[in-house]
Amino acid sequence: MEFTELLLNAIVAGILLGGFFAALSIGLSICFGLLDTVNIAHPTIIVGAAFCTFLLNDLLGIDPILAGLILTPVFFILGLAIYSMYYQFFEKQSAEALRGLAFFFGLLFIAEVLMIMAFGVDHRLVSAPYIGNSFTTALAGMEFSIPYRLLAAFVVASAMTVGLQVYLSKSFFGRATSAVHQDGMALSLMGVDPVMVKRIAFALGLATCGLAGALMIIVIPIEPAVGRFFIGNVFAIVVLGGLGSISGTLVAAFILGIAESVVSTFFGPSWAPAVSFAILLGVLAFKPTGLFGSGDTR
Amino acid sequence: MRFKFEIGCVLVLLACFIFTQADINRFYYFAGFAILQYVMISTAWNILGGYGGYINFGTAGFLGVGSYAAIALIEFYGAGIIEQIVAAGIIAGFLGLAIGFFTLRLKGVYFAIATLALAIVLETIVNNWDYVGGAAGVSILPPRKPELLGILIVDRKGDGIFQNNKEYLFFLMAVMAVMSVWIARTIEFGKLGRGLNAIKDNEEAAECMGVPTLKLKLVATVISGALMGMAGAIFPSYVTYVDPPTAFNLELAVNSLAMPMIGGTFTWIGPVVGSILLGTVQQVAIVTISSEINLLIIGVLLIFFVTVAPQGIVGWFMKKNK
Amino acid sequence: MTRFLKSRMRSVMLVALFAAAFSLITTLSPVAQAKNIKIGFSMALTGALAGGGKQALEAMKIWRDDINAKGGMLGRQVELKYYDDQTNPKNVPGIYAKLLDVDKVDFIVSGYGTNLIAPAMPVAIDRDVVFMGLFGMNNNKKWKYEKYFQILPAGPDPAVGFSENWFKAIETFKPKTIALLSADAGFARNLKEGAITNAKRAGYEIVYNQNYPPKTADFTPIVRAVNAKKPDIFYIASYPNGSAGLVRAIAEVGTDAKAVGGGMVGLQFSGLMAGLGPNLNGILNYDFYVPEPTMALYPGASELIERYQNKVKTEGLKTDALGYYLVPWAYAYLDILGQAVNAVGKIDHDAIAEYIHKTEFTSVVGKVAFGDNGEWTTSRTIVVQYQNIKNNDLSQFAQPGVRKIMYPADIKTGSPVTFNSLR
Repeated sequence: MEFTELLLNAIVAGILLGGFFAALSIGLSICFGLLDTVNIAHPTIIVGAAFCTFLLNDLLGIDPILAGLILTPVFFILGLAIYSMYYQFFEKQSAEALRGLAFFFGLLFIAEVLMIMAFGVDHRLVSAPYIGNSFTTALAGMEFSIPYRLLAAFVVASAMTVGLQVYLSKSFFGRATSAVHQDGMALSLMGVDPVMVKRIAFALGLATCGLAGALMIIVIPIEPAVGRFFIGNVFAIVVLGGLGSISGTLVAAFILGIAESVVSTFFGPSWAPAVSFAILLGVLAFKPTGLFGSGDTR
Repeated sequence: MRFKFEIGCVLVLLACFIFTQADINRFYYFAGFAILQYVMISTAWNILGGYGGYINFGTAGFLGVGSYAAIALIEFYGAGIIEQIVAAGIIAGFLGLAIGFFTLRLKGVYFAIATLALAIVLETIVNNWDYVGGAAGVSILPPRKPELLGILIVDRKGDGIFQNNKEYLFFLMAVMAVMSVWIARTIEFGKLGRGLNAIKDNEEAAECMGVPTLKLKLVATVISGALMGMAGAIFPSYVTYVDPPTAFNLELAVNSLAMPMIGGTFTWIGPVVGSILLGTVQQVAIVTISSEINLLIIGVLLIFFVTVAPQGIVGWFMKKNK
Repeated sequence: MTRFLKSRMRSVMLVALFAAAFSLITTLSPVAQAKNIKIGFSMALTGALAGGGKQALEAMKIWRDDINAKGGMLGRQVELKYYDDQTNPKNVPGIYAKLLDVDKVDFIVSGYGTNLIAPAMPVAIDRDVVFMGLFGMNNNKKWKYEKYFQILPAGPDPAVGFSENWFKAIETFKPKTIALLSADAGFARNLKEGAITNAKRAGYEIVYNQNYPPKTADFTPIVRAVNAKKPDIFYIASYPNGSAGLVRAIAEVGTDAKAVGGGMVGLQFSGLMAGLGPNLNGILNYDFYVPEPTMALYPGASELIERYQNKVKTEGLKTDALGYYLVPWAYAYLDILGQAVNAVGKIDHDAIAEYIHKTEFTSVVGKVAFGDNGEWTTSRTIVVQYQNIKNNDLSQFAQPGVRKIMYPADIKTGSPVTFNSLR
C-alpha cells in the first residue's frame, strides 16, 4: 500500500515536473528542431525572462504568470532581433550550424554578464498565493499532495504546447514553417519569403521564453548562471522527442520528468541525471531520430 | 626538405625546454600550461569534428574520464604522471571506441547531443564514486621528487632537470601538445584524413565509393578520445584539486569547439591558432579584469570572430592571399 | 586546401601569433607601487558562489578603508588586489601565481568557499607564505600546512564540529531515528559526513541517507521518500538552490520530523529569506550571526553590518542587502592578518604564522584562537530556529525574534520546539 502510494505520487510529481521541462524546451523545439539554430543560450534567455518577472512582481506586485504573459511580446521582438543578426552572419552565407553554436555561446556569456550587472548575483524568488502550499486529497486510502506551483507550471506549459501545436499544424504560417524546414526552395516558388517565415518562427520560439521564465521563477530560485543547469536537459528533451515534433517534445519532457521523479523516490536522487540521459542514449541507439522524429537525420 | 615540420616540432619543444630553464615568473608556466592544454584539446577535437564533420559535444566527458583515471591510479598505488597519462589515454581511447559503436550511426546534431548526454552520465557516475572523492572532490599531493627511469626530474635544490613541478608539467604538456598536432597533421595528409573529408562532404557518396566510413569514423573517435583523455590526465596534477563540476565543466565543451572554429577547422593549424588566440585572451582577461567583465569580453570576442571570419582566421588569411 | 597556403606564410603567422600572445601576457608586468602593502586573492564574482563572493568582497573593502584610516599595515597603506575566479577551481592556481609573481603581492588570502580554497593551497605551500582561509571545510586535512588559518568557526574537526551544536540542540526531542540528505557538492558532503559521525555518537538509527544533484528542480519526491521512512529528525546539508527547493517542498508535502534543517546554506541570504518568508517557520538551521541581543559578544559586528547595509544602499550595490552571513567573517580574516602583521612589525611569514598560532585575537567575530591545523580551537556555529515570520518583507529579518538562538546555551534566546508546532 505504502509502495503504491509512493509510486503514484512519484508519477504525478513526474508529470508535473515534465510540464515544467516542457515549458523550458518547447521554444527550443521550434528554434532547434524546426529551424536548425543551435540556440544553446535558450535556458539563459529564460532566466532573463525570470528576472524580468521578478522585477514586475517585486515592484508592481503583478502575478508572475500574468507577468510572463506581458513579457511574451517583448521576447518575441527580441527573437526577431536575434534572428536578424544570426541570419546576416550565418544563414545568409549558408555557414554550418556549428558556427551558429559558437555565436549562441557568446550570446550566453553576454546575457549572463548583463544579468549580473542589472540584477546582481543573489538568488531571487517570487511570492504568489499558489506558491508554498498544495492541493491534498485522499483517494482509495492513499494520500496525494499536488503543489500548486508545479500544477501551475504544468497547466501553463500544456496550454502553451497545445496552442503551438495547433497553430503550427493548422495555420498557413505554421505549415509554411514546416515547409521551410523541409524544402525552402519550394516555399519561395510559392511566393512566400522563407527568411521571413524563419524569422517569425524563431521569434515565436523565443516568445515562449517569457512564460517559461515566469514558470522557472515560480518553481526554482534563480540566479544569472542557473540557465547552464538546464542546457543538457532541454536539448536532451528536444532530441529525445524528435527534431521538428512539438508534441514529441512534450512526451519526452514527461518521460524525463517521470524518470527523474521515480528514480529520486526509490533509488536516490543522486542517480537521476544518469538515468535520464541513459534513456536518451538508449532511445537514440534504437531509433536514431528520436521518438517522433521523421526519417531524415541531419 | 622532407622533415621540415618535424624539425619545427623539435625546435618548438627545445624552445619550451629553454623556457622552463630560464628563471622567470612562474605565472607564465601556469598560463602557458592552460593554453597548451587547449592546443591539445582542440587539436584532438578537430580530428573528428573538423576533418570528419562529427561534432563532439562531450569533450568534457573524455577529459573528465582522463582526469579521473589518473586520480584512481594515484589513489590505487600512487602512480607517476607518465603512467597516468598512458593509462588515461588507453581508457579514453576505449571509451571512444565504445561511444563510436553506439553513436556514430547518428548524424549531425543527434551525434552532438548523444555525446553531451554521455558526458552527463559519466559525471553522475563519478559523483557517486567515493573512491575518487565523489562529489566532495579530491586533493592531489604531487610527489616532492618525481623520478623517471632513475633520473631525478624535479628537485628544488637544482639536482633534477627541473626546479619546480610546474615547470615539469608545463614541459610535459608542451610535448603532448606538439605530439597531438603532429598526429593531426599526419592524419590530415594521409588516407584517414582524405576519407574523413569525403565523409564530411557527403557520407552516402563516400560509402558508395567504397570508403569504409564506419571504420574511419571509429579510428578517428578513438584517436581523438585518447588524446583528450591524455590532456585530462595531466589536469589533476596541475590544479591539485578536482571535483566533478570542474572536470566536466561546460567551458571545456565551449572552448574545444570554439577554438578550432575561430582558427579554421579544415587544417591542422586552425585549432592551434584558435586555441593560442582565444586561450591567451581568456588567461589575460581573468588576471587583468577583476570583475564580471572578463566573461563579457570572451562572449563578445566569440561572436566577433565567428561573424567576421566565418572560415576561421586561417581561411580569412587564405582568402586575402588568393 | 592547405597546399595553397604557402608554408612560409604559415610559419610566419604562427611565430607572429606566439609573439603576440607572449607580449600580451608580458604587458601585465607590475606597475611600480612599492609603497603600498598588497593583499591578493581570487574571489567568486560570477558563477554559483558569486552571491557570497561579492558580499565578502565589500566587507573586505570596508576593512581596507578602516585599516588605512588607522595608519595601515606597518605604516603603509593597504591595497586589495583581486580577480574573478568564476567559481571555477581551474582558474585559481593561475590567479595566485599571477598575484605572487607578477603583481608581487605581500600577502595572499583565500577566495570564498572550500572548492576555491583547495587549488590555492599548494601555491601557498610552495611559496611558504601565510594563507588565510574564508569558509573552507577541512582544506588543511591532507596538507597539514602550518601557515594556513581558516575563519569558519567550526572547531578543530570542522566537519564534525559544524553540526555538533545542532545535535546538542535537538537532544531535547529525544529522537531515535534520523534521515540525512546532502547536495552532491564538496562542502555539503563533508557536512553530512560530520553529521553522520554525530548521529552515530548519539546512537540514532540512520533510516535515510542520500545525496541530490545540484540541478534538481523538484524536491517533492525526495521529501516523500524521506517521510516514508518516518524519521524523528531530518538533517539537510544543502546549497542555496536546494535549500529553497527543499523548504518549499517540505511546506507543500509536510513532514512529521520534529527537527528539520541543520546545514542548509543559503537560508541566511537576504534574497532567499525574503522569497521564502513564512515557509521558513520551524526550520532549525546553523548560522554564524543573527541580530539577537545576546550576539553582543561579537564586539563591533552590529556596527560593521550597519555600515555594510548603508554602503549597499548608498552606493547602489547589487549584493546581499543585509549581509549577516559573511560580512563579519570576511572582515575578520583580514583583520586578524592585519593585527598579526602589525604586532610582528615586519613581513616575515614564519614569524607572523607563529604569532597567529600563539595569540588569541579579538575581532568583530569575538575571540578567535587557531589550533595546529589552522582551524578554530572551539566550535562556535550557532543554531537558530526560524519563527514568527509573517510575510515576504525583508526588514523583519533585521529584527530580533525571527531567528532565535537555540544553542550554544550561553547565548540562547529561545528553546527549540517541534517543526510542526511553528507551522
